[in-house]
Amino acid sequence: MDFFLLTIVKAAIIAFIFLTTLAYLQLLERKVIAHIQRRPGPYRVGPHGFLQPLADVIKLITKEDVVPPHVNRTFYILAPFFAVFFALIPICLIPFGPQVEIFGITTLMQLTDLPVGLVMVLAIGSIGIYGIALGGWASNNKYSLLGSLRSSAQMVSYELALTIAIATPLLLANTLSLQEITQAQSGFYFGFLPRWHIFQMPWPQIFSFIIFVIAAFAETNRLPFDMPEAENELIGGFHTEYSSMKFAGFFMAEYAGIVTICSIGTVLFLGGYNPLFPPELGSNFVPAFLFLGGAAILFFHALQAERWRDKITFPLFGVVFLGIAAIFAVPMLWPYLLPVFWFVMKAGVLIFLFIWVRGTLPRFRYDQLMAFAWKFLFPIALINLIITSGLVAVVS
Amino acid sequence: MDVFLFFLFAAIAVGCAVNLVLQTHPISSAISLIGVMVSLAALYLLLGAEFIAAAQVIVYAGAIMVLFIFVIMLLNTGSEETEPVNALSRFLGLPLLLVMVGLLSVVMLDVAPPSQEVRFGSFTGGGAADVGLLLFTKYLLPFEATSVLILIAILGAVVLAMREVD
Repeated sequence: MDFFLLTIVKAAIIAFIFLTTLAYLQLLERKVIAHIQRRPGPYRVGPHGFLQPLADVIKLITKEDVVPPHVNRTFYILAPFFAVFFALIPICLIPFGPQVEIFGITTLMQLTDLPVGLVMVLAIGSIGIYGIALGGWASNNKYSLLGSLRSSAQMVSYELALTIAIATPLLLANTLSLQEITQAQSGFYFGFLPRWHIFQMPWPQIFSFIIFVIAAFAETNRLPFDMPEAENELIGGFHTEYSSMKFAGFFMAEYAGIVTICSIGTVLFLGGYNPLFPPELGSNFVPAFLFLGGAAILFFHALQAERWRDKITFPLFGVVFLGIAAIFAVPMLWPYLLPVFWFVMKAGVLIFLFIWVRGTLPRFRYDQLMAFAWKFLFPIALINLIITSGLVAVVS
Repeated sequence: MDVFLFFLFAAIAVGCAVNLVLQTHPISSAISLIGVMVSLAALYLLLGAEFIAAAQVIVYAGAIMVLFIFVIMLLNTGSEETEPVNALSRFLGLPLLLVMVGLLSVVMLDVAPPSQEVRFGSFTGGGAADVGLLLFTKYLLPFEATSVLILIAILGAVVLAMREVD
């Protein structure tokens, strides 16, 4: 019974943090893109728009839920549930930290560690296509249908390159369990270079990392590969006919997909929760100093604030940052907080990359997209796999 | 708990399989087939064969059925038109089906090895390493032959598709 109780507690914690992250990811995306385009972004709800996600959730829930008369009702209603369901599951396989002891209970900082965790993530991801495919088809609208057809074709094509790019670092790790893959990347070369898969000998996986990231853009239907919802040709693509919570379902599934794929990338290539440089060089103090620096910047800006409310909000957030820095400075909490900090930092950098690319690159043409997948990405991934397996065979 | 889950997924599998035959629209049938595949994978999981469960989902539900659905959506086929059933099949259909199921189970009991007690989660040797090792040692020839067969099928499809449409 202990096991069930523990699992329920862990699931509740992860679900709460994950769903909050999803809501705020959308604010982050709008803010970052706004700043790339030199405008302030959401600014009205709360200080600097920080409560915008809350307002969005209320708006989406209270909107009228329209079911158009011409749709295939069953699948029209089922599709967003499919999308959300399969987008949310993989997070339970992601390792956020090693085995720790809290209040006398020893547990992994991960919901469950399957021996075939990675294959499971791929399996769940491969069923995730049906949400978009069915949604577009059931809408009974030519633009939606085109969007979902594009989406299925694109995801099937890029899944090949993605899977091969994922398989390559596995040759070095020699396991499919995400926890063991992370542990295979602990330690450092020459005392400072981390043994992450993108640096690991005999063949650094930097190429498969790049292939993985490119294919990940296509898998999550993000710019520059967002053909399924290309606004200027397909209105809204597969979700043209959706409104209210059903639309929110697709929206949430997209962001959950981004978080999942960035976490997988972190685990596979960036060493998961392993620190950037060894603790002997002081990596344990990085988070405390980072938040201290943030607090200092906030206080500095508070001194020069022109509007009266900035004189309140800036110091307020500064105090919050100071508090977080203080928590990270307690050595007793390091075993719990540091792995999570490094994991979130790495995944966060990848997520930022996703947003950055969306704000920077234009959309591909559809034939370019397909040609790129089959004629360039797939062969390169294969060559990389062959070189890696050859070198691994020679070394071992 | 295990027994409950077993009956749940077994019921879903059988229900989806029946639904697959009863539905008139191809998309509904295809979705039911996915339901069958996924619940079979869940049954594998219950037995402790995680890798086989994942492979089942990736290959059948994730790859083959996506292709099916893609083609059905591309052709945008409508519902199947059912013809009225004639009297002979209406009265003899169900009894004959039962007879066939009975015969099948007798043959299966004959062919299958004497039943050992099956326990949930007791299946070992289904990990990725075991399956890979078997594929590249004991079953190397069938494995390679299958690969060549699939390659030939792909080439055939390409050749057929390249032919100019008059």
